Amino acid sequence: MKLPILPRALIYVLCVLTLPCLPKTASAQAQPTTYAITHAKIFTLSGTIIDDGTVVIQNGKIANVGAAVEVPVGAQVIDGKGLQVYPGLFDPVTQMGLREIGAVSATVDSAETGQFNPDVVAAEAVLPSSEHIPVTRASGITEVLAVPASGGMDSGGATGILGGQASAIHMSGWTISDMLLKKSVAMVLNWPTIETKTFDFSTFSRKEKSYSDAKQEYEKQVIELTDWLERARHYAQALGHGGAGDFQRDVKLDALVPVTRGELPVLVFADKARDIRGAVEFCEKQKLKMILGGGAEAYKVKDLLRSKGIPVILGPTLTLPGEEDDPYDRLLTQPAELAAAGVKFAFGSFDNSFARRLGQQAANAVAYGLPYDEALKAVTLYPAEIFGLADQVGTLESGKIANVIVTNGDPLELTTEVRYLFIKGQLTSLDNKQKALYEKYLNRPKAK
Amino acid sequence: MRTATFICGARLLICCALLTSPATLLADAPKSPAVAAEGSPIILIQNATILTVSHGTIERGSILIKDGKIAEVGASVKAPKDAQIIDAGGQFVMPGIIDCHSHIAVDGSVNEGSVSVSSTVNIGDVLNPDDVDIYRDLAGGVTVANVLHGSANAIGGQTIVIKLRWGQPASRLPFEGALPGIKFALGENPKRSNFSRGTARYPATRMGVEETIRGAFTEARDYKASWDGYNKRTASGEKNLIPPRRDLRLEPLVEVLEGKRYVHSHCYREDEILMLLRVAKEFGFKVRTFQHVLEGYKVADEIAASGAGASTFSDWWAYKVEAYDAIPYNAALMTRRGVLVSVNSDDAEEATHLNQEAAKSIKFGGLSHDEALKLVTLNPAIQLGIDKRVGTIDTGKDADLVIYNHDPLSDYAVVQKTLIDGRVYFDRQRDIADRPVREKEKKALLEKEKKAAKKAGEKSEEKKPEEKPKPPQVDDVFGGAR
Repeated sequence: MKLPILPRALIYVLCVLTLPCLPKTASAQAQPTTYAITHAKIFTLSGTIIDDGTVVIQNGKIANVGAAVEVPVGAQVIDGKGLQVYPGLFDPVTQMGLREIGAVSATVDSAETGQFNPDVVAAEAVLPSSEHIPVTRASGITEVLAVPASGGMDSGGATGILGGQASAIHMSGWTISDMLLKKSVAMVLNWPTIETKTFDFSTFSRKEKSYSDAKQEYEKQVIELTDWLERARHYAQALGHGGAGDFQRDVKLDALVPVTRGELPVLVFADKARDIRGAVEFCEKQKLKMILGGGAEAYKVKDLLRSKGIPVILGPTLTLPGEEDDPYDRLLTQPAELAAAGVKFAFGSFDNSFARRLGQQAANAVAYGLPYDEALKAVTLYPAEIFGLADQVGTLESGKIANVIVTNGDPLELTTEVRYLFIKGQLTSLDNKQKALYEKYLNRPKAK
Repeated sequence: MRTATFICGARLLICCALLTSPATLLADAPKSPAVAAEGSPIILIQNATILTVSHGTIERGSILIKDGKIAEVGASVKAPKDAQIIDAGGQFVMPGIIDCHSHIAVDGSVNEGSVSVSSTVNIGDVLNPDDVDIYRDLAGGVTVANVLHGSANAIGGQTIVIKLRWGQPASRLPFEGALPGIKFALGENPKRSNFSRGTARYPATRMGVEETIRGAFTEARDYKASWDGYNKRTASGEKNLIPPRRDLRLEPLVEVLEGKRYVHSHCYREDEILMLLRVAKEFGFKVRTFQHVLEGYKVADEIAASGAGASTFSDWWAYKVEAYDAIPYNAALMTRRGVLVSVNSDDAEEATHLNQEAAKSIKFGGLSHDEALKLVTLNPAIQLGIDKRVGTIDTGKDADLVIYNHDPLSDYAVVQKTLIDGRVYFDRQRDIADRPVREKEKKALLEKEKKAAKKAGEKSEEKKPEEKPKPPQVDDVFGGAR
């Protein structure tokens, strides 16, 4: 097996040494606490576009944004002339820090074994030095959700029904506590489906069963799930009464209590209209706060989703239609259709290796009819709102965490470069493993 | 998981080329013979921004198409009166996209994975003109695809270049005169690193992969010598000679030695790239393209010196160890070092936006607009030896063209029309207009199917009156999992 050639230490050295516009002696400790990005075009996403304005970042927060904002004394000034400022992009479904190399199970911690794991929490296993983090960050993504049980291939196909808790993390930090935006933002629920044909990753073969068997299995799983929630309710009740008698704490039921109270939303992965309907009905009955994930056929149930106020984290728009006779652009036109129907949604990469295609996905949706403003919000503000983080990130407003990008153009366009990136108010390096390898081999002496 | 992530998983599978999908029925129904027989109309595309790839950009230019060829291209082109006019005002025309690594239009699995040398099998034998991915890729501007065998074997099956002539029979798909190829594969896939299925198969190391290829070519060299000797003696008038016994496994390898068949080798790591170049040198054959070649940037000088092309992904990485050092600068860096580079899909979905994937090399490595366009047009055409026919917009070339509503090197560009041999094979407006018709047709078919199922149910009820009649299940009728 071949280990990564470039030692991580070297990358860190490069990161620190090549911070743009900073003296070479700058180190993490010596970074200024105040920045002013001046004369830039500012897309606050909370009001109108400021054509020539200033963004002041102080002590990790956005201190001020506007056309006539004074640069504080001692601020590190970044001349934003010809540049554009946006809130950093937010990818709401990744396995960031949980999965390094898909095919190597030793590097994969994204899905537990077993069907009901409400107690596992992504943040407990996020690797802050994952190479995916700086690579992804360079595309302008400043925060993500690390979502357990959200990927198939490398988890042996076993995603589990209750997959665990998703964590919101900043895309920079020496430790997880530096990175943490919010430890638990949603409970993953992989909605059981009636699947007659499945692919068994452990034996790499297709399996087929009858519709009635598949349906029976589905019903059994829903009953089991209901039972878990019922038990959690009783447990919460007992807990409320001080745990009389032989009451014993249970980590799994502990984890489900905030779900049954509607305090922790459930991120329900479902694609087919039938499954989405089933999940919506279930969540309503169980009084769960539902967020739909995937939603390949969300367009078929858009009125239901709108009327119930259920937001969607859309799976990749760069996906072929599920049905042979679907229009070829089925997944590409869906965002526009959902927006027109008043369904709130965000885009998600669903895969670390494709996280940097988030902007591309949004732009493709624009190409197929989605208003541009909606696309931009669907990779910034909307994911923040959907997961209850909009008071902290998602727009450029005073008081919010300074996760900010400065670009030379539209951040959704393929050829646009991110020039500066701030995470928690820190000017953060855009260097990464891939750039380092590029520079190394760019300078390889000509082979003899 | 669910569709989205499964698709990502599926990407990896295809890339590993291990899908063992059940064979779909081979289409033997005649394919719209009326369309096939139709003559090629004279078409004038006008007012377009023409990205010729060979000689710059023509603003508000025109392209005249006659007999399926580009008859004229320029700022002012006089068209005959009977020419059909395609007004492309505000739109962009580029040469049809050439996908140098595709697995579309294949009936069933792309892998004969049981042996480590499967040169006997030929993708050309199992072309499926009904594969809807042909149409989907056409809608993404692809006009030519290099359809390859999978990567389960050190020496895989024979490959074929096709034009995406949707609606035509399988016999009309192959690109006339294009040299056939053979798939090689190095690294994790042929040594079966990531798959525990079945019994162990030699080779299980990169050493064994090299040895497998050397072994096969050693046999092929001897086989060729025995035929050469026979042919020489026959030519000199000797009678009653017994010809050598034909070996279908070695014949394609002899074609490689004779330069009549291209080697397209799947590879990832720097060492295995150089390994194959050494073997090729030893036996005196050329590697036509290294496919994927994600570490190609590490040995770009050596690839350039060998004359081999490189066909890579834009930005896939980290799905396996040998893809961990993949960088999105690969295409640009190899280009700068003098390698002929293309960007391919390896995936029916990825193929629908190869224009966008090419654009990434502008950002990652600083290629020019024209250099980026070449990654999916002229360069793969040269790699496949078809650049005299396709790859640029020049007089005399096949009228394989794509019309976009914006600059194709943008993720806001949408294909409006795709032409092959001067015929419009994809038209977005027509596709949209046809949707209600197709929807209606589908409903009618479903009704018919339901009725048939009900009738069948009644019949069986007559035979077995003890069984309760079951209402027909659409999911049962169509095999479920829809």
